[in-house]
Amino acid sequence: MPETWYLVAVLVIVFTITVGLRSVPFVVLGPLRGSAFVTAMARWMPAGLLGVLAAGTLLGAAGTGGEHLLPALCAVAVTVLVHLCLGRRTLLSVGAGTTTFLVLVNLF
Amino acid sequence: MNQRTSTAVPSGTPIAEIGAGVRASLAAGLGMVPLGVAFGLMVVQAGLPWWVAPALSVAAFAGSLELLLVGMVATATPLAAVALTTFLVNFRHVFYAVSFPLHVVRHPLARAYSVYALIDEAYAVTAASSERWTSWRLLSLQIAFQVYWVGGGLVGVLLASLAPGRIEGLEFALCALFVTLTLDACRGRAQVPSLLLAGTCFTAALVIAPDSALFVGLLLFVLALVGRYLLTGRRTTSDA
Repeated sequence: MPETWYLVAVLVIVFTITVGLRSVPFVVLGPLRGSAFVTAMARWMPAGLLGVLAAGTLLGAAGTGGEHLLPALCAVAVTVLVHLCLGRRTLLSVGAGTTTFLVLVNLF
Repeated sequence: MNQRTSTAVPSGTPIAEIGAGVRASLAAGLGMVPLGVAFGLMVVQAGLPWWVAPALSVAAFAGSLELLLVGMVATATPLAAVALTTFLVNFRHVFYAVSFPLHVVRHPLARAYSVYALIDEAYAVTAASSERWTSWRLLSLQIAFQVYWVGGGLVGVLLASLAPGRIEGLEFALCALFVTLTLDACRGRAQVPSLLLAGTCFTAALVIAPDSALFVGLLLFVLALVGRYLLTGRRTTSDA
């Protein structure tokens, strides 16, 4: 188990950076609001950034040796299908995907 | 109070406004509670002290980052990597200020809380609705979100202590969440270039730095977008 000072340091770092990212734009973005750069980044960033996070966590779930790669890919497929076919209800899609992974990993 | 009160009456009594805020929080809250429970379970299963769950939910109040941090903290990842991951994963929050209705909140403390609690869900609900936001309504929405999230985490911690023994595979909830968020972020062909860039950057990161592919991939992607802006962005955005 990590030491307490390490955990406290993590909390302080995470708090400072997150609140900074949420608050500084209200001060700084005022003049930049609607600038071409900010508009372009706001439009381009979310999809790709979330895609990288999805790919990274997929590899994490697959395991270091890739032993759970097949269950992970099946579970992603279920998540995508449920999300697109059953009306983009996040809870339902995440639940279906996670259940698929849990069942595949624990039964086989 | 009927369903239409929220749009028909722009600003009612504080109690009516709080009711409207809580009602607006319910749909997203339905997703936050189970994810919070999964987060609490993961904290205990990763071998971390139980208080890390509520402490992280107060310090960060950012679901996806917290779920990501559980694994990093459990393996004592260097603080610099924690800081950079936090910066990159939460960087999207920078863009929320553009449309978040913070101007309705007057009291300095309330403003500070509203900025602190500007999570994905708060941004999404306010961006998607045509309601007229008031201070009471916006704050009750955000406080309700934090109650769902911290409460869910505590329930997860409790469940893990009642039923010890690792449930393998629970961490997949995070991957599934990112998959659905990616799908929601790219409706239409306009996002295809960003997705291709992201795919290329992540693949490159896997080759360059297989041990920290996620972090290097995010960094490369942001750099690639800046490059894309310098090459083409000025022209296309000035047309838009």
